Amino acid sequence: MASITIEHLDKVYSNGHVAARDLNLAIRHGELLVLVGPSGSGKSTVLRLIAGLERPTSGRILIDDEDVTGVPPERRDLAMVFQSYALYPHKSVRENLAFGLRVRRIEAAEIRDRVQQAAATLGIEPLLDRKPAQLSGGQRQRVALGRALVREPRAFLLDEPLSNLDPLLRADTRAELALLHRRLGATMVHVTHDQEEAMTLGARVAVMRDGQLEQVGTPLEIFRRPANVFVATFLGSPAMNVWRCSCAQTGAGTRVAYRGLAVDLEGTRNLFDQDEVLVGVRPHDIGLVPPGDADAVGRVEVVEPLGATTLLHVRIDGMAGRAARIVVPADGAVAIDDEVAIRIRRDRVYLFDERTGMAVTPP
Amino acid sequence: MKVRRMLGALGVATVLAPLLFPLYWMVMSSFTQEARLFAAPALVPDALVLDHYRALFGGRDFWTPIRNSLIVAGATTGLSVGLGALCAYALARLQFRGKTVMLAFVLAVSMFPQISIVSPLYLLLRELRMINTYPGLVLPYLTFAMPLTIWLLVGFFRQLPAELEEAAAMDGAGRLRSLREIVLPLAWPGLATTAILTFLYCWNEFLFALSFTLGPERYTVPVAIALFRGQYQVPWGQILAAAVVATAPVAAIVLVAQRRIVAGLTAGAVKG
Repeated sequence: MASITIEHLDKVYSNGHVAARDLNLAIRHGELLVLVGPSGSGKSTVLRLIAGLERPTSGRILIDDEDVTGVPPERRDLAMVFQSYALYPHKSVRENLAFGLRVRRIEAAEIRDRVQQAAATLGIEPLLDRKPAQLSGGQRQRVALGRALVREPRAFLLDEPLSNLDPLLRADTRAELALLHRRLGATMVHVTHDQEEAMTLGARVAVMRDGQLEQVGTPLEIFRRPANVFVATFLGSPAMNVWRCSCAQTGAGTRVAYRGLAVDLEGTRNLFDQDEVLVGVRPHDIGLVPPGDADAVGRVEVVEPLGATTLLHVRIDGMAGRAARIVVPADGAVAIDDEVAIRIRRDRVYLFDERTGMAVTPP
Repeated sequence: MKVRRMLGALGVATVLAPLLFPLYWMVMSSFTQEARLFAAPALVPDALVLDHYRALFGGRDFWTPIRNSLIVAGATTGLSVGLGALCAYALARLQFRGKTVMLAFVLAVSMFPQISIVSPLYLLLRELRMINTYPGLVLPYLTFAMPLTIWLLVGFFRQLPAELEEAAAMDGAGRLRSLREIVLPLAWPGLATTAILTFLYCWNEFLFALSFTLGPERYTVPVAIALFRGQYQVPWGQILAAAVVATAPVAAIVLVAQRRIVAGLTAGAVKG
């Protein structure tokens, strides 16, 4: 197992597209790091750069403090699971697993043992003599994982390995993957566009956008203290509400307000009169209250029962644009077109600079 | 409905008849006595004789041109598919300067009319003392066989998902290993198609074979057939029998592999 370090990595494609911009990232020995970001954010490119399938425009990649920037992929001893799985279609499952070992001139007896062991770990023993075309999607995914596993590589690179599975299977496999990581203690880099996958899987999460790292931290850190408005809205489901408010100093603190919404915050929070600020509130941190205690009132436009909770889209009086999203217990007391009064949890209000999007002060 | 189907069948027959009739006539005549060939033409012959075939293999030693053709066409096919696969793989997958220019150049080379390069090639081969030798035919044949194989195979290789080779690289396989174990086995329908087409080209080639061979010991099948004609008579029966012998294996290959060939040609065309 190994640590992977990325230093000042840039990747510019010949058509001018910038896929990575001055990236710095240290993946620790035995860590499961999740690279998450919207499509086109460059997360897969970073993985391919680590793998050696792409050459960086500038910067360095180190594996165990050894510079591998110029080393071709076949000599980096990393294993990759591709989104399409990329199983060799003309080889049986057994041969697919054994290929990487045969290339490394490992003895036939040991290959047999290791293939058997990997197959047992993943429960694909009965499939060993089939061809990939005869397997279901979930089975192929396991074989792809097995092909990486059997190699006992220095690190695993997983490129959206769960995205082609149906939701139920995905949840199961996600849990298995976490378990597998714990058991192997292997260094893993997992790329996904699914923020939920990132939150549940990663010991550390790196959020990317437009070829840049926006924030790196534990899932809770990123959820509780997002560095900027992009990270705040990208992670968490349903997505955070963001309003552009203006500030006013009151006796005890600061009042942020926009149209029918007004929230009094304690302290000055480094804000001044007339400042414009982005106010973010997660849907879970807004509750329904009697009209007297309300920060705002509005009309329910959409009711989405999510099971244990219900998501309301509330049109706050005087506010155009996106309706406020509010998560309430699923007691069925609210219906479409009801007038509701809402209150925001004061300790869960996020403030972001209106121009840069950076967090002003963490709550 | 029935009428329409019959009309359709009639249409197909009208198109096929002119195409197939010469073939039929060739086969029938090759089994007809020399004396009757011009005497009483009949669609259904009253007697089939093997005289011409006996004369062909007994008197004329037609085995020699067949062997020559097999050697030359086989060697050309082997060389051009072997070398062409490497070239095509490089052109399809590796990044290097001038790739497009090179492909265009390869195509341009194959555009030269054969007759225009016969004389220079003849001089060249004479200097190399290769006139009337097998290499003296194989080398010129490569000039048209290589562009054909390269263009067909580039199309095939580009069709293969690049991720498979990337997976092989991650598994630790170098370029050649991945070519041998991943790319070539997956491209074998393309390789087979290319080999068949190249073989047919070489089997049928006439001009180079006529120009660069001097004696019956090196004549290929088309040349041998063309030179059957004696000073005073044309042995039509034997010529036709030889034509049947030369056509049969080729027709058999094409019939067996026709689906693959068509698939191969279109695959190369669309994706190449």
